[in-house]
Parts: sequence; structure tokens; C-alpha cells
Amino acid sequence: MADAATEQPLHRSLGLTDDEYARIQQILGRVPNHAELAMYSVMWSEHCSYKSSRVHLKDLPSEGPHVLIGPGEGAGVIEVDGVAVAMRIESHNHPSFVEPVQGAATGIGGVVRDVVSMGARPIALLDSLRFGPLPGDTGADQAADRNRWLTGGVVSGISSYGNCIGVPTVGGEVKFENSYSGNPLVNVMCVGVVPIDGIMLARAPGPGNAVLLLGSTTGRDGIGGVSVLASASFDDQAATKRPSVQVGDPFTEKLLIEGSLSLIEKGLVVGIQDLGGAGLCCATSESAANAGTGMTIDLDRVPLREKGMEPFEILTSESQERMLVIVKPELVQDAIDECTRLGLRASVIGEVTDTGRLTVTRGGEVVADVPAASLGDGPLYHRPYTAPEGARTVRFADAPGPGTPPDEALMRLVASANIASKRWVWEQYDYQVMLNTVAGPGSDAAILRLPGTQTRIAVTVDGNGRYGQIDPRQGARHSVAEAYRNLCTMGAEPVAVTNCMNFGNPEIPEVMWQFVEAVSGMGEACRALETPITGGNVSFYNQTLDEAIYPTPMIGMIGIVKPGVVAPPAGFQKEEDIVVLLGRTGDELGGSEYQRSILGTLEGPLPALDLNAEASLGWLLRELISRGLLNSAHDCSEGGIGVALAEMVAQGQWGAQIRPEPGRDLIPWLFSETTARVVVAVGPGDLSELMELARGIGIPAAELGIVNGRLLSIRGMPDIKAAEIRREYERGFPRLMGSN
Amino acid sequence: MFPGSNCDRDANYSFEYLGAGTRYLWHQDTDLEGVDVVVLPGGFAYGDYLRTGAMAAYSPVMDSVREFAAAGKPVIGICNGFQVLCEAGLLPGALRRNSGLRFRCMPVRIRVETLDSPFTSGGMWPGQILTIPIAHFDGSYYADDETLEQLVADRRIAFRYCDAEGELTADSNPNGSRLHIAGILNEQRNVLGMMPHPERAVDPAVGGTDGRLILASVLYSLQPAET
Repeated sequence: MADAATEQPLHRSLGLTDDEYARIQQILGRVPNHAELAMYSVMWSEHCSYKSSRVHLKDLPSEGPHVLIGPGEGAGVIEVDGVAVAMRIESHNHPSFVEPVQGAATGIGGVVRDVVSMGARPIALLDSLRFGPLPGDTGADQAADRNRWLTGGVVSGISSYGNCIGVPTVGGEVKFENSYSGNPLVNVMCVGVVPIDGIMLARAPGPGNAVLLLGSTTGRDGIGGVSVLASASFDDQAATKRPSVQVGDPFTEKLLIEGSLSLIEKGLVVGIQDLGGAGLCCATSESAANAGTGMTIDLDRVPLREKGMEPFEILTSESQERMLVIVKPELVQDAIDECTRLGLRASVIGEVTDTGRLTVTRGGEVVADVPAASLGDGPLYHRPYTAPEGARTVRFADAPGPGTPPDEALMRLVASANIASKRWVWEQYDYQVMLNTVAGPGSDAAILRLPGTQTRIAVTVDGNGRYGQIDPRQGARHSVAEAYRNLCTMGAEPVAVTNCMNFGNPEIPEVMWQFVEAVSGMGEACRALETPITGGNVSFYNQTLDEAIYPTPMIGMIGIVKPGVVAPPAGFQKEEDIVVLLGRTGDELGGSEYQRSILGTLEGPLPALDLNAEASLGWLLRELISRGLLNSAHDCSEGGIGVALAEMVAQGQWGAQIRPEPGRDLIPWLFSETTARVVVAVGPGDLSELMELARGIGIPAAELGIVNGRLLSIRGMPDIKAAEIRREYERGFPRLMGSN
Repeated sequence: MFPGSNCDRDANYSFEYLGAGTRYLWHQDTDLEGVDVVVLPGGFAYGDYLRTGAMAAYSPVMDSVREFAAAGKPVIGICNGFQVLCEAGLLPGALRRNSGLRFRCMPVRIRVETLDSPFTSGGMWPGQILTIPIAHFDGSYYADDETLEQLVADRRIAFRYCDAEGELTADSNPNGSRLHIAGILNEQRNVLGMMPHPERAVDPAVGGTDGRLILASVLYSLQPAET
């Protein structure tokens, strides 16, 4: 079969290789028709099949005392105080580059449906975003204006969709590096809750049961999204791919959430699966294959948005806000009635069979007939990988350079896009709805009440592409450690991880090497810190032309905060408090924000990472916080001690007087990003108890100074007014976005 | 509740937190089931298609709410609920896009402008400053000059955005509302519409307690007068 437009064989136009095409013929014992070919093309795409990544993911640690459901379902599920907590991250990078508002909005819709499909009510969203530099920031290039447009668009997409469906956006991070200019990252994490006995699985059991499609009509939007957008690199014609981006309708999503959860609660469904990438084709074949059944689908009964749609279009459309549910025949009317009451469309579109085949009809004719399991049983590739020779050099001419005085360097960092307050972003998100948000955006981690318990959960998402570019294995380990430290700083015990791996084109051996290294590093760190991986998402082909993004694993981590434990704020609260640094500080500027914004370079080595020290520090923080000893606590990472202190001043009521460690050069002491460190403030009367606890677990603790006055006064450099720090910290980002 | 309401659970939680019995009324219900107070919660009723609150204003339950209000019983519209009340003609004016053209979620300060209503009579003093969160894109109150003059003359402005000292500074107005209006009353003073979310400031674990004053005030107003 040939593609009329390109005159190449149709399977190649659809993104299938000749070998894959041969295998399809073998499975069917005949030549596939157009609809069947389209189905295999989307299901065997990188995005759906994980064909390049699967062999490397199977050894990740996925078991632990809290894990109920590990990788392979719509979301990972852990047990916390008798309640099941579902967690999942999805990327929507390419759609967001093509059309930022809708791309980001539909990214939220998708991950929310993943969580709902587990039977869980979504209670929180977090977003991890990456863009190229903004106009006026270090490293800004000709793409800067577009980067600003993308940033504003993505934030507004998240805001409009997330706020409307009534799920709070409680945290996340936004960072800027040149490597994302041609390919921003939009990773969305969703957390949900469900009673343990209410967990649903993507299964279509019981031949004779009805197959219902809930939600939106099916249109031509997003056809081939997974194969056209998500599984190929961009060239300079990205705008022509805009029709492959779906359009979101948050109102229907809200109805779909309420409808799906209501059907589950009333016991009207025996299986449920969301329609995401690869649409109806994926949801039907996967749920049948998971249950060892088959399914017949009548396309005449699928409500369509437009006339004249071909079978392959209906099967692979990625129209948003749809859900597939399996209902016993005697309960079909009840299910439809409940959906109607809630204003949600529900249509019977087929039946579960015992044939093991997915049989699709239209107008009484069979238009596709394939073994259901074969669609999900895609090819598996052992792609070659090799370490790159020599590092890519980065030099920003607009960086002020090594002679910059420390106070100027600190103020430049405080106002830089990566460090300045992201209030401009998170004020656009409803972070309070549902009344569970104890600590919201701007904190080291979000803290949420866990409905039905006195326990709270802490959630964070962290990633560091700069580190990944220098050393992907070590970079991934660092990202896990940073997430871990953020949770511990809020008094939580980290228990589980979900992740999103963002990389370039896996067919390039150097990119594949980055992926293999990062997966392995992430696994090592999660094993060492006893935070098993409950699932993840792999996003490849994040590159435009020859330029791959920095390898960026995003780590979403959940921790448990015991009843009665109250996390201290980051800002300085009390005059006369003693400022203490927990952990030791090396001369480790490699990969740091100082290196980026002041020196204008990117080079290793990365800071050393001692995971045992991270675990000990975590224990110490939980102990100090549960004893109520800390008045302030802030993770010391990007920008080092200098930025940590400036943020504690900016977010608090006071200045501080600080004495650097004797005998050290000021710059590396201030800006090194040595790991396993946290800055805390304690009342003078509690200092000895803190010191004793720290000594007991072997964490160095050094008095840095005292909280007081209206200045940040660091010996060896000019004083900086607290008001000045506050102003630059708050105004830096709006200024870069061109809005005040 | 309307399809697309999303602060209904929060309102329910906060009234129950204060000891009130609650029930959900669906937009197609016409029977208010004998309730004492009607709360129109925040959210995006009917997706806010056409205009915020515009379609919800025509849902069957609103006829019953109109009768309920005409009988002098208390009705509170919060955020999207305020928008619905304006669209339904129960309150004058309209809510426009925030002047910054961005959604804003943040705690704000509002000043109590009158004690003469069931929502402000219990335990507040005139000029008292409350800290209550907002979360909206369309919260900029607009009415023509004549209506505004009437609202002022009748002391029907319930709350105005202010700073820590109670001053009506430009920076303290989060959305460009005319006269810094955060909430208004109807002529009979039994219908309140307000953009800030008092139900989000009831439980101290998640957002302060100043909202209690408003919700408790209306509950208190239902008690038979002491003799």
C-alpha cells in the first residue's frame, strides 16, 4: 500500500519500519488493511510501546512496604495510613512546543484521567517545566521572545485547565536552559486517593459485558499524535504539525471525573481505562489483553464530532476527555442514567468477547480484526549506545565573569530566572481548592492533608538537566537526592517515586547512552534511599534538528508526614534565632547556577553525592522537626548557601548576620552546590539539643550566625538590604516575563 | 451545585466544620428541601461557556433560589456563585476579567463595610480587616456610576479590598474592581455575592480562620432571637 502524498510505502509514512511491517503480516497471516496498519503504527510507536526503553527499565527497584501497585498500570499506587495514594507523571512536551496553551492543558487532562482510571480522586497536580532562556536572562538568544511566549502559554494552559477541573496545582518547578529552546518540557504529576478496596484496573473481564465510551465525541484532532508528534524529532516545520495537537475541554473533563468516580462508587463498572495516546485503539486492545479477553467494537455507535471520518481516524483519534468502561449487561441502563444525570455522554460501543481478538465493524462490515494482545506486544529494541566523545561546550558571552564581586553575584542569582520567586507562575494556579493544601507552591515540597486520616503527605518533583548533561548517571542520582532532601526538609519520610525521563532521539547512540546511564543512576539512588519506583513515563525525541535536550529525568516523590508534625517555613521568623548549616561544604562549583549565570559555562565535575549522608540528614531533619526545634528550614541546593540564605531572608521577616567558615574562599563557600546540606534556624535555647542530635548521627553542624536586623550581612562582602533582596527575588521573574 | 462547580465540597466541609448540617442541591432540582441558607459555590458552572455564570443563571434551581431570596432568606454566592447571582439578576453589576489579565490565587485583605446583613452582623466590627483567599480570573467588579452610587448610598458594599492598614491602595486591589468592591448585598440585604472564598479560611490547617466570621455570622442569624 502506498501513500499518495509521498509515494513511499504507507507503513513508512505511518512511522513503521519495514521489519515491523513484516512482523504485522506475520501476526495477521495476511496484508493489513489501512485501519489495521494505522492501529499498529500508533500502538508500536515509541510513545506507546516503550520499544527502546523497556529493556532498561525492567531492573528498576519497584517494591517496598508501601507499594500496592507498581509499574504497568495507569498509575502507581502506594498505601499511606490505610489509604491508597495513586501517583503518575506524564509529559506533553511536543504538543506544548507546537501550541503551548492547548498542549499543556491536554497534558493535565491526560494524567488526571490516568489517576481517575485507577478509581482515585485526583487531589493534587505538580508541574515540572523547562524552557529556553527568557529575554534579559543569561544565555538569552534569538529564541528568547518565543521562549517567553511559550512560558506564558504553558502556564496559562495549566491555569485554565487545572483550575477549571477543581484540582489544585500545589507545586512544581520552572527552569530555563538553552537546550530547551527548541524543545521545552512540560511534565505534569498527578496524585489521587482511593480506598484500598476501591482500586480499579484497566481490565475488560467477562465476555458478554458491555463496552461503554464516556465523555467527548470523537473528532479528527490528535490523529497520530503519539507517532507524529511524540515519537519523532522536530525539524524546522514544527508549525505544520499543529493539527496533531488536541484541544482540551476542562468542563467535560470535570464531568468525566465526577461521572467515572460515581460509576465506580456505585459499583456499576468492572473495568475502566482512559483514552489517551492512540485513543480507542489503545484503550480497547489493552483492557482486553489485560483480561485475556477479546472485544468487538461497532464504530457506528461511536459518537463523532464530524462527518466522513475513516475507520482508522476513529480508532486512533486522540480527542480528549474520553473514558472506556466495562459494565455488566444488567447494569448498562443504570450506568447510562447516572451519566445522563451528571450531564455526561455515555454510549455502548461494543462487547467483551472470549476470542482474544479486537474486531472492529462499521456498517456491518469488519474493518479491522487483529489479536488484541499483539497491539500491546510491540517490538523490543536493544538500541546501540556509546559514550559521547568530548563535552559540548557552553559559553555565554553575556555572563559577567569570574571577577564579579560576591554581593553582585548573589543579587544576580537571586533575580535570575532559575532562582527568583515563581510567584508570577503559581499565583495563576488555584493551589487551595479541595482544602487539603497545608504547604503550597514556593515551599521546598507541598504538604497535603490525606483525606480520611490525620496523616499528611509531602510531594515534590525535581530534575536537573545541567547535571544530566555533565554526567547523566550522577545527574539522575542528584535529582533523586534533591527530591528526597526537599521532602525531609518538610519533615516527611520519603516512601515512593514516580518519574518522567526526558531525552533526545534514542536512535542516536550518544543519546541512548545518556538514557541508559540515567536510568541506572536513578535506580541506584532509589534503591539506596529505599524509595521504590512505582511507575514512570519515557519521553524520547526531545530534539529539534541536531540539538538534543539536556538529559532530564524528573523525579516525583511522595513522603509521609506523621500526625502532629508541622513543617517549619523556609523564611527567617524569629529574631535572635541561631542559623545553623547541617552538612559539610566542599569546593564544588561544577554544574552550579553560579557557573551558569556568573561564569557563563557548563562543566564538571559534579558535586560528590553521598546517599548515606542524605539518609542520615533526612532522619535528623525529621527528628528535629517532630521535636519542634526548627523555626526555619530550607534545602541548600541550586545557588548554594548564598542563595539559601537570601531566600530565607526574602521569604521571612528578618535579615541575618553570617560568618563564613574560617579559612575558606568566600565564592566557593557561598555558591558550591555540595549535596546533603540544609540551612536551619533554631532558638538559642534549643541549639545544644540540635548539636547533640547531629553529632549522634554524624552530620556536621556549624553555627553560621544569627537572625536579626534588616540586612543580610555576610562577613567578607558588603551588606545587602533585606528589602533589596526581597524586591529582586519577587520582581526578577515578572521582569523577565515582561509584566509587572 | 451546577455541572462544573468545584468548590462545593469545600463549602460543605467548612459549614460542617462549623457544626451546620448541609446537603447538595443539583442544578436540575427545584425543591430546596427546606434549607435555611443557600450557598452557590465557586467553580466553572457549565464550563463558564458564553460568559461566567451566564448559563447557570438559567438552570431550573435558580428559579427556586429566586423565590427563596424573595422570601428574605439568606443566599451566598462565592466567586463563580457571585457571577451567577449577577447574571441571574439577583445582584447588580458584573464581574469582568482581572485587570492583570491573569488568574490570581492568593490571600487578600478585605475590609468589612457594613454590619447590617446576616453575613456581617455576628462578631465583626466596622472596618475590621479579614484575610481571605481569592482564586479567580474574572473578579473585577463592574457597575455603572449610577449603580455604584446607589450601592454606596444604601451601604450595600459588604467588603472592599484593602491593605494591612485598611487603606484602599491601588496595590491592594487584586483585580481592578471598581471602588475596590469584593462583595455586595442586594437591596433586601439577604443576598451576598463575594469573590474571596470564606470557606477556604475556616480550618486553620489550610488557610486561616477569618472566613469563619462570615459563615458563622449567617448561621448565627438563623438562631431565634434571645429573649
